[in-house]
Amino acid sequence: MSVDMPTLPTLQSKDFASDQEVRWCPRCGDYSILAQMKKVLPTLGIPKEKFCFVSGIGCSSRFPYYVNTYGLHSIHGRAPAVATGVKLANPELQVWVITGDGDALSIGGNHFLHAIRRNIDMKIILFNNQIYGLTKGQYSPTSPVGKKSKSTPYGSIDHPLTPLSVAIGAEATFVARSVDVDIKHLTMVLERAAHHKGTAFVEVYQDCNVFNQGAFSYATDKETRSDSIVYLEHGKPLIFGKNREKGIRVAEGNRVEIVQLGGDVKEDDLLFHDEKTPEPSLAFLLSRMRHPEFPEPMGIFRAVERSTYDESVTKQVEAARAKLGEGDVEKLLNSGDTWFVN
Amino acid sequence: MSTATLDAPASTNGKPLENLETVVIRFCGDSGDGIQSIGGHMTNASAMFGNDVRTFPDFPAEIRAPAGSLFGVSGYQLCFSNHDVFTPGDAVDTLVAMNPAALKTNIADLKRGGTLIVNEEEFNKSGLQKASYEANPLDDENLMAKFRVHKVPMTRLNRDAVEGLGLSLKNADLCRNFFALGLVYWLYDRDPKPTEDNIRTKFAKKPDVVEANLRALRAGMNYGFSTESFTVHYHVPPAKLPAGKYRKITGNEAVAMGLATMAKLSGKTVVFSGYPITPASDILHDLSTFKHFGVKTFQAEDEIAAMSACVGAAFAGELAVTASSGPGICLKGEAMGLGMMTELPMVIIDVQRGGPSTGLPTKTEQSDLLLAMYGRNGESPLPIVAASGPGDCFSLIQEAFRIATEFMCPVIFLSDGYIANGAEPWQIPNVADLPRLKIEHITSVNGENGEYLPYKRNEKLARPWAKPGTKGLEHRIGGIEKKDVTGNIDYSPKNHQHMTNTRAQKVANIANFIPEQTVDGPASGKLLVISWGGTYGAVRTAVQQAQTAGKSVAHTHLRYMNPFPRNLGTILKSYEKVLVPELNCGQLRMLLRNQFLVDAQGYNKVEGKPFLVNELVNVINEFHG
Repeated sequence: MSVDMPTLPTLQSKDFASDQEVRWCPRCGDYSILAQMKKVLPTLGIPKEKFCFVSGIGCSSRFPYYVNTYGLHSIHGRAPAVATGVKLANPELQVWVITGDGDALSIGGNHFLHAIRRNIDMKIILFNNQIYGLTKGQYSPTSPVGKKSKSTPYGSIDHPLTPLSVAIGAEATFVARSVDVDIKHLTMVLERAAHHKGTAFVEVYQDCNVFNQGAFSYATDKETRSDSIVYLEHGKPLIFGKNREKGIRVAEGNRVEIVQLGGDVKEDDLLFHDEKTPEPSLAFLLSRMRHPEFPEPMGIFRAVERSTYDESVTKQVEAARAKLGEGDVEKLLNSGDTWFVN
Repeated sequence: MSTATLDAPASTNGKPLENLETVVIRFCGDSGDGIQSIGGHMTNASAMFGNDVRTFPDFPAEIRAPAGSLFGVSGYQLCFSNHDVFTPGDAVDTLVAMNPAALKTNIADLKRGGTLIVNEEEFNKSGLQKASYEANPLDDENLMAKFRVHKVPMTRLNRDAVEGLGLSLKNADLCRNFFALGLVYWLYDRDPKPTEDNIRTKFAKKPDVVEANLRALRAGMNYGFSTESFTVHYHVPPAKLPAGKYRKITGNEAVAMGLATMAKLSGKTVVFSGYPITPASDILHDLSTFKHFGVKTFQAEDEIAAMSACVGAAFAGELAVTASSGPGICLKGEAMGLGMMTELPMVIIDVQRGGPSTGLPTKTEQSDLLLAMYGRNGESPLPIVAASGPGDCFSLIQEAFRIATEFMCPVIFLSDGYIANGAEPWQIPNVADLPRLKIEHITSVNGENGEYLPYKRNEKLARPWAKPGTKGLEHRIGGIEKKDVTGNIDYSPKNHQHMTNTRAQKVANIANFIPEQTVDGPASGKLLVISWGGTYGAVRTAVQQAQTAGKSVAHTHLRYMNPFPRNLGTILKSYEKVLVPELNCGQLRMLLRNQFLVDAQGYNKVEGKPFLVNELVNVINEFHG
């Protein structure tokens, strides 16, 4: 442990456990995300009372009840907008939005986009299980074409959204992906999101073991995962496979291709990840890598700096005060043309 | 800023100057003709002279409708008087019509014998065609014989006036409105100085525009002075208003100023979130200039987000407010329910306009009362207040916040297009006399076991307001039914019944903390006329006229719509008949009948226009018998 650690209240995971009984289905992926979150929060050096969790509607949105800090379980799709109000009113709070694929991308698509484009300082964690769980199993905006669900007995004919592509399209300054059961990786991603200034968007592949079990088994099963996912590390080449024998290379025509390492192909020929590049094209290209054609990237796609909305609001208030002085009610009421009646 | 004192009547310029008590004037022309601008100037000039004034700006929803078209006509009516007036007037004494379309759509409101001033050059073939006139109405002797007509070649005279300034003809013609205004200034003996000062300030960066407008204004005045067409002009002496310092104020301005004042005096931040919508947008515009008062404005991506951010800001412990009009209020309904369920203080402003759907965006109506009462799912009563005029908005918006914070619930504030855009002289209050909002956030735990109980209520049934960031008060709330006291999720039957009753009781209790209803006129008698919102002026004037004529009629005007003042039932039962004039199809009437089992009768109109005093006098006479 470093000697110059700031003297902050030493919090532990259990300090963030609320007195509420957790009501998710047994073995739901949400449990793991909650556990990692409770692990990360005490490490941030932020007092417990300075956090605020805001959620919409859906299974994931019950999350705030289970974290012992300030929480607001709002209405379907509106969490980013509610959280915007929280952050505007009280910029000192660290604000987390907990949402799901239906909540963020279907009913709340608009708020999701606009929170991201403003780069308001909040963390948006999207639990993507590719299904509506709380309403018992309808297809969602991330369900694949052909998905058979309660509302699509003949298979879904909707083309799904890729959440990361949407976020990058809205020029998100922080975009990441992890998976519920990859405990270490998820912890790292949540930590990075927590430290980002601006809107941090994290998609977490989450298993709904009741209505959509195994939707992400390709990314979690021991047998398949090393061929199905590729970990992103800043400044490092994209390598994957059981024996790290495969890589991702930029090909002609603004696309990527899978190559076998060894032979003619050296590590230096591969795509090196750069999460800090201001231009979002690389992050977008990575977000287009979908299973089964490509291994799906896990980690931080993009982490760039841009002024945050809440900071700009505060700055404008300060600038107005500097220029016009502290607001004077007497002056305000007497502004414009006035006259006396005797 | 300029401050005027009352002058004696100006010189007569050689022509007789006759005294009048009250004048109603209406400017009308294309929506690009600057009608609203000169209407505003005439209002300022009259108010600063000391007249009582009321205005009615009436403009199309299209920003620049095709020039000369009937639907593109913009109007501005102004009543100025030597005594207090409460409406912009019924029939028009002087009509200024800048083109045939304006004449066609407004001539019916001009009094017989009234003054008609037209820009005759616009009555050409094309102008007449666009207004669907088959023949030039100025040549219609039967029509013109009804009025004192002044055909003025305004376009030419104005171009002559600004000649030499190097303006294009198009830009020169943009000054025509000031020529017309100058003529009216001469006709009604108005001091042009405040207007001239305003032109200099407004166009400070464009000296040629300043000069052109000043010249046009002067040319108009000189035209009245020198031509034989105008043989007489008029003077309306100052009104005897209560002594004090005054300014002109519109309803939207008053709301914004009220909020900025409240932020400053309470030391709290006002967080305003809104989405542009007619006729509420000016509140957002004005507030965005008041940042140094502790106001934060947020233009949200939509109405739903604006309302949701309002709930978030309230949860975070600041004074949250949003403003919209009917269509936006519909969208906000669900999040308003969240505000109600989480029992957080906030104010929702509804500047009502003609509905349903997009309806009449720029016209007034009072048809959102039932939406405010019932426009949410479930049993979700909210307190509602309604402003009676522009100036009233200043204090009532602060009163809405008093109720919201004292009782911990969202409050709906109703205004309307007529109040929002209409102007009246407003006596500037003493800052020391203004109410201070007292806010007490809970700072330590309130449970016996050292825990925080977010739904433990006080004697007013209000729950505590903990500001996130306060140590030891961490808690979670949401839209799911909660257990009283703890705020934990609770779906049990008895609890839901109890919480539903409690929320309703809390709102009903507010009746004990608002003023009792008062009546103008006899405490009992034949007829009670009951009004609310922007119809105050017209109803009050009509009732006063009926009272003067010896009728046994009283008037009461509601500002508190939910709950009603606790003595309202007694008042209603003290008269043989109850008449409820409303700019809707009978919404208050329905509430009164429902709550008090009184046989209230309605007089209802939805033409997008305010009531005329005369029509109300006729209705009162009819009901009174």
